[in-house]
Amino acid sequence: MRHAYVSVEGIARRYPGATVFEDLWFGVNRGEFVCVVGHSGCGKTTVLNILAGLEAPSAGEVIVDGQAIEGPSLDRAVIFQGHALMPWMTAEQNVGFALSCRHRGWPRARLREAARAALVRVGLEQAAEKKPSQLSGGMKQRVGIARALAIEPKMLLMDEPFSALDALTRGVLQDEVARLVAEADQTAFMITHDVDEAILLADRILLMTNGPEARLAEIVVNTLPRPRQRATLHRMPGYHALRDHILEFLITRSRTLAGAPPAGWDPRRVPELRPADAPAALAAP
Amino acid sequence: MQTQVPFWRAALLSLALLALLLGGWEFAARSGGAVGGTAIDPEYAALVGAAAAQGGQTPMPMPSEIGARLWQLLRDPFYVRGTNDQGIGIQIAYSLGRVGIGFALAALVAIPLGFLIGMSPLLAAALNPFIQVLRPVSPLAWMPLALYTIKDSSISAVFVIFICSVWPMLLNTAFGVAGVRREWLNVARTLEAGRLKTALRVILPAAAPTILTGMRISIGIAWLVIVAAEMLVGGTGIGYWVWNQWNNLSLADIVIAILLIGVVGLLLDRLLGWVAGAVAWQE
Ligand SMILES: Nc1ncnc2c1ncn2[C@@H]1O[C@H](COP(=O)(O)OP(=O)(O)OP(=O)(O)O)[C@@H](O)[C@H]1O
Ligand SMILES: [Mg+2]
Repeated sequence: MRHAYVSVEGIARRYPGATVFEDLWFGVNRGEFVCVVGHSGCGKTTVLNILAGLEAPSAGEVIVDGQAIEGPSLDRAVIFQGHALMPWMTAEQNVGFALSCRHRGWPRARLREAARAALVRVGLEQAAEKKPSQLSGGMKQRVGIARALAIEPKMLLMDEPFSALDALTRGVLQDEVARLVAEADQTAFMITHDVDEAILLADRILLMTNGPEARLAEIVVNTLPRPRQRATLHRMPGYHALRDHILEFLITRSRTLAGAPPAGWDPRRVPELRPADAPAALAAP
Repeated sequence: MQTQVPFWRAALLSLALLALLLGGWEFAARSGGAVGGTAIDPEYAALVGAAAAQGGQTPMPMPSEIGARLWQLLRDPFYVRGTNDQGIGIQIAYSLGRVGIGFALAALVAIPLGFLIGMSPLLAAALNPFIQVLRPVSPLAWMPLALYTIKDSSISAVFVIFICSVWPMLLNTAFGVAGVRREWLNVARTLEAGRLKTALRVILPAAAPTILTGMRISIGIAWLVIVAAEMLVGGTGIGYWVWNQWNNLSLADIVIAILLIGVVGLLLDRLLGWVAGAVAWQE
């Protein structure tokens, strides 16, 4: 973890009278997809905002590429939970605005062309001239994805990007994000409440205990081979063991482990588990 | 909401009401010709001035007379026969010019200042007492101060328009800017958009509908105030014209002025309403 692309070093978020989380350590390697799972209020969004540079931690720091985060950066694009598109701009202008920030010298025509290309990549070429109010929820989120990817960030930060969508649209977009991230070998950090989504996309899944004073309880390494497909995911060997492990954490252990850490707990060396590697004999009923 | 009424039905009813009003008025004016005759209150005599002092009693004009006079005025609205005798079109143009200049200057001050107030809670809190005290002051109360310092009646009228237009625009701009969604600002921040770019491409369009509401209120107030201001400073303008016709006791002209002031005010409001429609956005 010493050479991780992103290194989170002992960050905390405290409010007067309430500590959301304390002494959080983890890393994200280059090209890795990390998901965070945890109950509402444990501070996931806060962690993501700190990674984005939108908020500063109360203590600790985050090192990206050898440098402490000072503020937001074009190298870390955010896909927001609400699509966060500007309603007065068309889909193309929304993407074009992001591109104009990345490439300040580009002439208008070139920005338009690049914005179109980014929309084509998410299958939205026919919606380029539409305003967000004329787009469906899924299409809006796609524009958000196109906007984030268009600026070719070094890292993608996603805060429950699909939670507002219906199950079918969500599935399609998960596949799309999986494809786009794999194509670009994109480093990604995503918050989700959907265990299957985490298993489909993540290389590692961070499990957080309930707040207040939430902790990173363990890191689950997703050893299911890639490429993974939503349709066949549940038939992969090890899938059920992995899923059961995470669900069991969310249902009981996130609560029982909350509060004071056990004796000898080292926040810098959180246990890493590989439940999907469990022998098939044990995983079968 | 009620069900949609067809346009022609509403228009027909409007026309019927207008006909009824004018007809009733005409009838009342024709039959009640001898309203006057009672002793004239001396204070009233002082107010109406010369014409009344001679004992002349102008009856309320009939709609037919007003119509004829309107036709006469509108046939040649832009004539100039000396400083005191100019067409009604010229007078309205003077008023519109003063409102235009005062309003534009107010927008130039209020929108940037409102931006700063909206973005800085400190500045908002610091300026709030001044705004709260000055805003409820009738703009005409500034007139003596303006006349004394500026020493030019026409510029003083513009100043009064400036003062009355500034507040709604200032407050609405500040309110609109302060209310820009956090997530849009965060998008701009993560894109490292820079202050000027964020202001022009995110905050301004986001707040534009609120700013335009303020401008619409301002132009309405400015058009209300200009009539009173011109009555005070005299010289030119529709307000001065109204005052002049009052001194001549030509009530028909005053009725016509009321009508024209209303129509011009409506057009000004429509103009800004059209701009507001152009910058409106929908979630
Ligand atoms: N100003 C504040 N004062 C005290 N506590 C606060 C304040 N702002 C946020 N919090 C707390 O911070 C915690 C973390 O919020 P955060 O949005 O990061 O949670 P989350 O894990 O993203 O939740 P969700 O899954 O619902 O999105 C919450 O429990 C909230 O109560
Ligand atoms: Mg959250």
